[in-house]
Amino acid sequence: MLPSFIKELQTIVGNQHTLTDRESLAVYGYDSTPELESKPGVVLLPDSTEEVASIMRLCHNAGVPVTPRGSGTNLSGGSLSAGGVVLQTSRLNRLLEIDEENLTATMEPGLITSALHREVERRGLFYPPDPGSMNISTMGGNVAENSGGLRGLKYGVTANYVMGLETILADGALLKTGGKVVKDVAGYALTPLLVSSEGTLGMFTSITVKLIPKPQTKTTMLAHFPVLQDAALAVSAIIAAKVIPATLEFLDKVTITCVEEYAHVGLPLDVDAVLLIEVDGHPAVVAEEAAAVAEICSKHHCSFFQTAQTADEALRLATARRTALSALARLKPTTILEDATVPRSCIAAMLKVIQEAALKHNVTIGTFGHAGDGNLHPTCLTDERDQDEIKRAHAAFEEIFDAAIAMGGTITGEHGVGLAKKKYLPRLVGESGIRVMRGIKAAFDPHGLLNPGKVF
Amino acid sequence: MDYVKLINCMRCGMCLPTCPTYKETFLETASPRGRVALVRKVQEGELDQSERLLEYLSLCLDCQACATACPSGVNAGELVAEFACEQKSDKGLGFMEELILRQLVPHPDRLETTMVPMRLYQKTGLQKLVRNLGILKMFPNPLERMEGLLPELPPRPLRQTIQEITPAKGAQRGTVGFFLGCVMSLIFSEASRATIQLLTSLGYRVITPRNQVCCGAPNMLGGDLEGLQQDARKNLEVFGQHQLDYIVTDCGGCGAELKKYGHHLAGNDAAAAFSAQVRDISQVLALHADELRSLLKPLDLRVTYHDPCHIAHCQGIRQEPRELLNLIPGLQYVELNEADACCGSGGTYNIAQPEMSDSILRRKLDNIAASKAQLLITSNPGCLLQLKKGLADHLPQVASMHLTELLAKSMESNPAPRRSGNVVNTP
Repeated sequence: MLPSFIKELQTIVGNQHTLTDRESLAVYGYDSTPELESKPGVVLLPDSTEEVASIMRLCHNAGVPVTPRGSGTNLSGGSLSAGGVVLQTSRLNRLLEIDEENLTATMEPGLITSALHREVERRGLFYPPDPGSMNISTMGGNVAENSGGLRGLKYGVTANYVMGLETILADGALLKTGGKVVKDVAGYALTPLLVSSEGTLGMFTSITVKLIPKPQTKTTMLAHFPVLQDAALAVSAIIAAKVIPATLEFLDKVTITCVEEYAHVGLPLDVDAVLLIEVDGHPAVVAEEAAAVAEICSKHHCSFFQTAQTADEALRLATARRTALSALARLKPTTILEDATVPRSCIAAMLKVIQEAALKHNVTIGTFGHAGDGNLHPTCLTDERDQDEIKRAHAAFEEIFDAAIAMGGTITGEHGVGLAKKKYLPRLVGESGIRVMRGIKAAFDPHGLLNPGKVF
Repeated sequence: MDYVKLINCMRCGMCLPTCPTYKETFLETASPRGRVALVRKVQEGELDQSERLLEYLSLCLDCQACATACPSGVNAGELVAEFACEQKSDKGLGFMEELILRQLVPHPDRLETTMVPMRLYQKTGLQKLVRNLGILKMFPNPLERMEGLLPELPPRPLRQTIQEITPAKGAQRGTVGFFLGCVMSLIFSEASRATIQLLTSLGYRVITPRNQVCCGAPNMLGGDLEGLQQDARKNLEVFGQHQLDYIVTDCGGCGAELKKYGHHLAGNDAAAAFSAQVRDISQVLALHADELRSLLKPLDLRVTYHDPCHIAHCQGIRQEPRELLNLIPGLQYVELNEADACCGSGGTYNIAQPEMSDSILRRKLDNIAASKAQLLITSNPGCLLQLKKGLADHLPQVASMHLTELLAKSMESNPAPRRSGNVVNTP
């Protein structure tokens, strides 16, 4: 990167917020995706929409690529830059407004997801999306990746809550889409298009999300299943019984062992699977649904059914589940996590595919995830130094992806395509899908400067 | 350095929101994940041990909040400390380090003698004069900060005045060895006196060997692993002469280090056995909660508790101190927001990294103010030094003391806690 260009960037954000030293560039060269690293040319920490716009304009004129980055918890390599500018959003972390009359919250992209939760819940309101990394993930990242979470089954994902965006386009122009209105059919729906655009269409500077009233109460339950398939069938049965829990999470034996070793929450070490189930809402409905869930689990041969007695116990169980991915890294240094998603009726079939693929390619796969959403996280436990095993892991995943597509599912439910799943996207969306996406990309970013190399 | 420990970090970022320096800077280089990556890249040859890299690493408090947060079992704080220790020991000890770590720290008599001029300095009114005249402004900054941290010193270190064997009150239930931390003995001797009083009241005979030496934590910090091992061997020998149920300490830092003797002297069974016997005072007191409750008299106080890193993160002790505080009748316990976040003391961190230490301390003080507590309890001398100074400067209405001091006061039922600041131990 030219020193004169760096100098110009420095005049925009200040020397202190322009990182160019080798050490900084090295640690902004990774996110949470295994096996991927690439060093940016410079890391900038802007503090205002104006600074972002000026940077984008400058980069546009100089033909330098720009990649937005939040806390670097991306799981598909989406926040990596090869030699370009990284726009780090950590200083853009203000919660701008909570509008209790319109039930909306407006914030800058660097706001931490759980910080938003805290603020709205203090007012009796609720922002449901709760990705596993919510204590550190940023709202900008959640919107760019359309993050899911544990409450997706009942409440949906980030896209279901984003009402309006202010986005700086590649040339530095400001694009305002949506807003606080509940209905808006003026022109193409650009807000949902920008959600899950993975930083390839623009850089958000303001996000407005929908809030809902906080559920009055909730009950958290844990069901132990000696047989894996019984747990999967119980998931389908719960939904078929017209009970929609807020959370319906699955953990297999490998995952249970690792999580328990870290969190000590009393998970059983002698069963094949557990389901973590949370029902919420009006107390009468919660009681009724909890009873229905208990009955279905017992019909499907659960060996033990436990209801959390205190809010603290419930929180510990949910928090333990959130650590699943990282806890799996206790066994092997490298964890390759996927998020192939299938229609929820296929969950039992998908679990079978995963088991068979692991066996066939001789790899260890721990599986956990949002069973109620059909969104499982088969996680291969491996060692990056063992290239042969890594190869076998990818071969196993290739089979899992193909099976997911064949079942009418998708290659990624919530982690995004980024770099990691580029190869599989054409299989899912076909040639016409890619062509339309390229057309959209060209309309937003004709020179291909925004997060280049990602998605397709 | 064990390479596998470095690659076990899968970069999920779970540590980031718990790291005090990341919370202040939001910079990856100031995060546990970033530090592990820097050390790893040095090991892999991608980065050199540049001045800047060491500077980034030196911002780590080694509070180990990241270790508590890490589901994968990586201890970034310890990895950085080990790396820094290796770097320093490769260079060998400097003149001052040799003087302090080898000639002073392992010899309590010498260490205590160095404190005599300090006490004279306070007693003769010279301290007041120096502070008023701003004489220290003429000296390098660290000296001024060190002076400011110093509370009023006890007339004599506890090690010199305490009897080697304090008999149990009433029926004897067991014998414990008391490990007397250097700073506890030199500065917070009232608290350690209270510790002994509590133990004897619960029926323990307390042996405080006079020839015990420093736990070795300063040696680790100074990159002097050999010195640390010498200290450990001496303490093994000294405490090994007695039949003990536990080795008790009321210093969180010492406790954490003593529990690692088995690791520092790998293969030495006696060291592992020694470490297994070590207990923080709160662990022993909590064993006898019912009995202790019957000895306590009411204290009408609103109290909060700061978790020392060396107790909560390094030793995993969180419940016991809270349980003990709740034993005191009439006491209103209020949980501190971010109670287990570092106070910025970090051994000598508050002298080496004054700006960062002050920012972290300010956050802690804001949380203390929000708790509306009248009294802050903690159980590590480093935290006490840092927080007493912070409270005196910014929240003079809040008093502070060691957990055992408050329990002892409740036993005597002397309801008025001393105000914080530099007045701790009136002789």
